[in-house]
Amino acid sequence: MADGAAKHDYHLVKPSPWPILASIGVLLLFLGGGAYMKGIFGIPKGTWWAPLPGVAWLAWVLTGWWSDVLKESRGGDHTEVVQISLRYGMALFIASEVMFFVAWFWEFFEMAIFHQLRANGHFDLANPDLEALKGWSNWPVTQITPDGAKQLHTFNPFGLPLVNTLILLLSGTTVTWAHHALQVNDRTSAKIGLLLTILLGMSFTFFQAMEYSEAKFTFDGSLYGSAFFMATGFHGAHVIIGTLFLIVCLARLLTGGMKPNKHLGFEFAAWYWHFVDVVWLFLFVFVYVAPTLVWPGGAEPG
Amino acid sequence: MSTDTAHAADDHGHEHAHHDPKWYSPSRWLFSTNHKDIGTLYLIFALCAGTVGFIFSGIMRVELMHPGLQLFDGKAFGGFFGNEDNYNVITTMHGLIMIFFMVMPALIGGFGNWFVPLMIGAPDMAMPRMNNISFWLMPASFFLLILSMFMPAQATGTGTGFGGGWVMYPPLSSTVGHSGIAMDLVIFSLHIAGISSILGAINFIVTILNMRAPGMTLHKMPLFAWSVLVTAFLLVLALPVLAGALTMLLTDRNFGSKFFVPAGGGDPIMFQHLFWFFGHPEVYIMILPGFGIISHVISTFSKKPVFGYLGMAYAMVAIGFIGFIVWAHHMYTVGMNVNLKAYFVAATMIIAVPTGIKIFSWIATMWGGSIEFKVPMLWAIGFIFLFTVGGVTGVVLANAGVDHALHDTYYVVAHFHYVLSLGAVFTLFCGWYYWFEKMWGVKYNGFLGGLHFWLTFIGSNVIFFPQHFLGLQGMPRRYVDYTPAFEHWHTISTYGYMIVAAGMVIFFISLAEAAIRRRKAEANPWGEGATTLEWTLSSPPPFHQYNDLPRVR
Repeated sequence: MADGAAKHDYHLVKPSPWPILASIGVLLLFLGGGAYMKGIFGIPKGTWWAPLPGVAWLAWVLTGWWSDVLKESRGGDHTEVVQISLRYGMALFIASEVMFFVAWFWEFFEMAIFHQLRANGHFDLANPDLEALKGWSNWPVTQITPDGAKQLHTFNPFGLPLVNTLILLLSGTTVTWAHHALQVNDRTSAKIGLLLTILLGMSFTFFQAMEYSEAKFTFDGSLYGSAFFMATGFHGAHVIIGTLFLIVCLARLLTGGMKPNKHLGFEFAAWYWHFVDVVWLFLFVFVYVAPTLVWPGGAEPG
Repeated sequence: MSTDTAHAADDHGHEHAHHDPKWYSPSRWLFSTNHKDIGTLYLIFALCAGTVGFIFSGIMRVELMHPGLQLFDGKAFGGFFGNEDNYNVITTMHGLIMIFFMVMPALIGGFGNWFVPLMIGAPDMAMPRMNNISFWLMPASFFLLILSMFMPAQATGTGTGFGGGWVMYPPLSSTVGHSGIAMDLVIFSLHIAGISSILGAINFIVTILNMRAPGMTLHKMPLFAWSVLVTAFLLVLALPVLAGALTMLLTDRNFGSKFFVPAGGGDPIMFQHLFWFFGHPEVYIMILPGFGIISHVISTFSKKPVFGYLGMAYAMVAIGFIGFIVWAHHMYTVGMNVNLKAYFVAATMIIAVPTGIKIFSWIATMWGGSIEFKVPMLWAIGFIFLFTVGGVTGVVLANAGVDHALHDTYYVVAHFHYVLSLGAVFTLFCGWYYWFEKMWGVKYNGFLGGLHFWLTFIGSNVIFFPQHFLGLQGMPRRYVDYTPAFEHWHTISTYGYMIVAAGMVIFFISLAEAAIRRRKAEANPWGEGATTLEWTLSSPPPFHQYNDLPRVR
């Protein structure tokens, strides 16, 4: 160093082995995925454990990496200005996640509204609303089965999906309760609120799995099945990630971490949870409810 | 393991090493959290990947020099180049490498990392460790892409590599076209490159919004920082959509989903929509940082502040915004509704307005200035001329009716190489020569730099201008062979490649010359015209700059 000590509050992070190790882990994970899907380097196709080394490696790296972040935070590296940076960063990460879901919703909407146009080439521009409604009313059409094309039966949205909607909305309130409690240093209430949120999140995942097992359509049977399972599946994956995030926060709360005036990890977990919540509301309204409104007889009887 | 052992003795907090790490220390490069070192890594990576991409274009030009098969006949050089399918693999890889592994890492990762913090008066990037993973994901991604070239094209084991074009349209990219693992590896490669770019983009936005020096408002911020800010927003919003589309493709290929399978109710056109919703912002992602560099170079060597600073900044914002609502002009021929085409024609033409603002403001900056034709200025003026040519052919192609005739012809190839290979790449070399002394602490030989410019300028025009004629005559893209009627301009185009290749040789000689002679660099070699903060520092800058934050009035 040539020019004196730093007179600013920015965090100049020390050199770290984690990024390059993470990159190796990502490579292992994707090569393992490729081995599972197609077979590579002599590993036969369908080797179910092929992605696991990459997963384990990444779990190790991320644990180490985020432990370092916590150490730095406790060491006072996360000054006011650094906290602002971290907030912007998390908000932008969620923005990119939103755009990821845009891709799945776009596919869903375009196919729901314009599938007739794509099949028949007909779209009456004089009555675009009517045409769009006609598209919806024929959506989802059929699914392919070994016995030929069949009428596709979607879920009754006012059964399990409605329960799950209420679960997620409730978990949004419990996480807010926990946050407010933490801010006024009522740590007991914060722990209870957070625990409730985690339990609600887990029950959402449980009910979602139950719903999947009762599906009367399949992932590979039609575009509807693919779009349904990928959109709700990616949402479910985000619920699980969000639940893990909340569990880490609870562990930190229980071990004395998190201060009333500084608990970025908690805030980010809550932001992420709300984001997951909002995605679900869109899924519920457009993927579950809307088709049944314009499509008589499609939904399975409740 | 929170610290490198070399620094273990240091206490935490805001102090750092009491001596700079040596340049040959492996941990300095492998574990770096220094924006300048990471920028250097990005530039070296881009140079390597760019050389591979450049060799691939040479293979294409040799093949296309004459009708018939030269290299891809399964016999030449012991069958080294394979058959016609491998030609398609080479064109595909050339496109993907140049976009994702040369232009983006160099302009955003390289110059962005180096000069955004320096220009805004910040000691480093906001998240230095995340900055490092943004870089290290790139070699992993590049490895998978190169690996794909040697993996089976079909599940039966026949063929090698993916040859469906960089746009990866199904059904060429679905099991119908390429059922082997090669295409899956391309998907993985782009997933990783996408993660890398998203993380990098988040870092740039946070750095620019939160770490500007005291007094530097957004409206006083240098235009290169503005350009990277807009670019980063485009990356954060566009890349996840590509990730979604590629994931759909992956599940279609491996798990039986029906997103792009008409028999199951899907539609391959839908992939094109998703792809180009990413793909069009992507072309601005490649050119906007270059716009920023050109603004500084033109201003420096005209010894005048840039003309219409705010207009220049907001023109980039406008280009970024409009870039999101014009994507389907890449798809005029898929059978879309004529009203939809009318909209996309109009929206596309609107882009000429903010782009025109930039071109004319650069010219107005030079107007009445005291112009010095140093090497960076040559590249900048060359860029303005060539980018304008590419922009004008873009207006031609924006017309849906005209595009029905020109779609997927060499006219399109000529157009996008004028804006990228003669646009983005010229800005890249412009920035390289502008900041060379600042980055490496040594001077380059001005004669070699000028020779590099003139060979590249003449050569690339000889390559690409005749391709307009070929396209208008009906020569399609991505064809390994053609009727002898097209031979004349194809042969001339290949001569142009040889001229550019000579320029590349000069470029590498100039690197070696500068490395051997080691003429000590000045802090500011450009004089009064160079007004941004990086010129207040030594060349090269200290390992950690701005321990005392600069104040801007």
